[in-house]
Amino acid sequence: MRDYVIGFVLAAILTAVPFWLVMARPLPNDITAVLVMAFAVVQVVVHMIYFLHMNGKSEGGWTLTALVFTIIVVVIMLSGSLWVMHHLNTNMMPAIHDIR
Amino acid sequence: MSAAAPVAIHPVFGRLSLDALPLHEPIVVATFVAVVIGGLTTLALLTRYRLWGMLWNDWFTSVDHKKIGIMYMVLGLVMFLRGFADAIMMRLQQAMAFNGSEGYLNAHHYDQIFTAHGVIMIFFVAMPFVTGLMNYIVPLQIGARDVSFPFLNNFSFWMTTAGAVLVMASLFVGEFAQTGWLAYPPLSGIAYSPASGVDYYIWSLQIAGVGTTLSGINLIVTILKLRAPGMTLMKMPVFTWTSLCTNVLIVASFPVLTAVLTLLTLDRYVGTNFFTNDFGGSPMMYVNLIWIWGHPEVYILILPLFGVFSEVTSTFSGKRLFGYTSMVYATIVITILSYVVWLHHFFTMGSGASVNSFFGITTMVISIPTGAKLFNWLFTMYRGRIRFELPMMWTIAFMLTFVIGGMTGVLLAVPPADFVLHNSLFLIAHFHNVIIGGVLFGLFAAINFWWPKAFGFKLDVFWGKISFWCWVVGFWLAFMPLYILGLMGVTRRMRVFDDPSLQIWFVIAGIGAVVIAAGIGAMLVQFAVSIWRRDSLRDSSGDPWNGRTLEWATSSPPPDYNFAFTPVVHSLDAWHEMKQAGVKRPESGFRAIHMPRNTGTGVILSAICIVGGFAMIWYMWWLAALSLLAVIAVSIAHTFNYHRDFHIAADTVSETEAARTRQLAGAQAAGGA
Repeated sequence: MRDYVIGFVLAAILTAVPFWLVMARPLPNDITAVLVMAFAVVQVVVHMIYFLHMNGKSEGGWTLTALVFTIIVVVIMLSGSLWVMHHLNTNMMPAIHDIR
Repeated sequence: MSAAAPVAIHPVFGRLSLDALPLHEPIVVATFVAVVIGGLTTLALLTRYRLWGMLWNDWFTSVDHKKIGIMYMVLGLVMFLRGFADAIMMRLQQAMAFNGSEGYLNAHHYDQIFTAHGVIMIFFVAMPFVTGLMNYIVPLQIGARDVSFPFLNNFSFWMTTAGAVLVMASLFVGEFAQTGWLAYPPLSGIAYSPASGVDYYIWSLQIAGVGTTLSGINLIVTILKLRAPGMTLMKMPVFTWTSLCTNVLIVASFPVLTAVLTLLTLDRYVGTNFFTNDFGGSPMMYVNLIWIWGHPEVYILILPLFGVFSEVTSTFSGKRLFGYTSMVYATIVITILSYVVWLHHFFTMGSGASVNSFFGITTMVISIPTGAKLFNWLFTMYRGRIRFELPMMWTIAFMLTFVIGGMTGVLLAVPPADFVLHNSLFLIAHFHNVIIGGVLFGLFAAINFWWPKAFGFKLDVFWGKISFWCWVVGFWLAFMPLYILGLMGVTRRMRVFDDPSLQIWFVIAGIGAVVIAAGIGAMLVQFAVSIWRRDSLRDSSGDPWNGRTLEWATSSPPPDYNFAFTPVVHSLDAWHEMKQAGVKRPESGFRAIHMPRNTGTGVILSAICIVGGFAMIWYMWWLAALSLLAVIAVSIAHTFNYHRDFHIAADTVSETEAARTRQLAGAQAAGGA
């Protein structure tokens, strides 16, 4: 129960802060965007630890193994797609001055 | 393009009207008449022999992994006949359409046929076959009573079937996609494919995809949680290992397919521009995403069959598998590497030298663990006492065929070579070479190998050999000409040809397809003859091949509960070791066995999904909304079903096992005499 309360409070803070950043705009746009993404990443970790109870021991270590595998695959997919699409965009998309 | 197609949307029937019936296509009408006659005859026979109750109670609602496995195989076989009919129609068209002839298929029909052939063969033939095989064998190999989630298993099967039903419906109501089997945009977008074809494609794959993903989760949990005591990971049979890796691949890659098809759906239904040509859309992103799913899919299909070949080779060589550990690691390495090669499917799209080199090299690297496996099988055979039974014959045919397909694959992995061969018939020959030579030959090995386990009698050898030789010869006849044509620059999916000198190769390929048809016919005859003469082919030992893994420890067919007592495993090849040690079968002390109860919810949910998918395809929004509500309602209602389990009484178990004891004694007496 204690874990859930901690998790809930953390999750609420991690949601409220970026929300305020976007609504009130105390910072420049690009810094706001980076901060929102950083809060999102921390949010993911909080959910995994406090709500999904992930640690090295649960289910005989399978939870952690599955997590590591998932991270590997997701990193491959995202970074690979960004790399591939960046090259495709540079090589194949017409530059603005070509479109008339 | 966000503008919806200019069709009138009827408030009740959506865009479905009588025009959707392809009455102007005589070939389709004739097929429809034949299907109606065949269907009515089947229904009449089922009614005449009062088989409906049996079908419903013993099969459709069954949560027994063995019966679901067999139903998957039947689904795969039925769809295989459809997919092959498409194939032979294409072969005939291409052999005819020379010297100004248009052939006998118009472009609209021909384009649907090559799309349907690809979609059906991958999603509704290879996938059900592979899933069915894993469903049947894995729990037996690990000494389990069933899979972890028996109802989910039944539901998964029926979702796959729902997808197949929608694909079949597209033949007679509306049309199927004319986009090729991966439905690349912008061609598959609403601007260029406004009719129902791509929607049939999307919804059948999405519905079947639910089943595939769930059965993947189910089998992973089963393998990780339900292994017999003593069976550590490195004592698991190789087929179970390859199944585990396959299901990990399924669970990690099918969500990508679901997501990319969802984006395409949004483009088509609500006017978003993810993959359109303008408004910032990028069709190249679709190609990138769908191959992130598509390449692991290739290994999803072949890995379980690598497991089959391992089991068959070691059983029929009478030796333990050479290099078990390297086999396991090769499988794991393939699992990971299969995620870093996807770009080799679109070298020519323009990523440039650096990206293409990277993916070319990773593609060559992934052939190394596969090569290692091949050497393991060869070394297993080396100095073994090889028995050339049908499963072993298929395995050797696989080794010879698959190596050629693998080598042409490595050739295609060289980006400059791929620029010449991309989208040519060389590519078509290559992937048929690995899919037929690997997946199908492996399935035929598996069917001949495990049929006696599933039904208690062996398959007829004579017809099996006829089928084998027709398939092998037919395969080479049908696809070698395609390699040659591809090298000469002939591209895929062509309907008519200008150069008359090419015709002879298409005629040879057509003859090959006819020989394969004879092989399929011989296989159906083999099944029929074997069922007819089952008493003389009977195997009462439960272990007809002198097997090595746990599935051979129980009777054929296994009782509902698989094993009266959970076996204890001490080494790899557990059953072989039990036979060596002379472990006695327990003959008393049986206890009641806790079992899951059959349920019709899977069938009902699947039927609702068919209606819902059909409604979405034809823009009948009210019906789609109703179906969605019904799916939710039935799912919630199912959670209130508390009658989900029962016990097989200890007496019943004792009787079953006593009958088995008598059967074994009889087999021994017959063997001794």
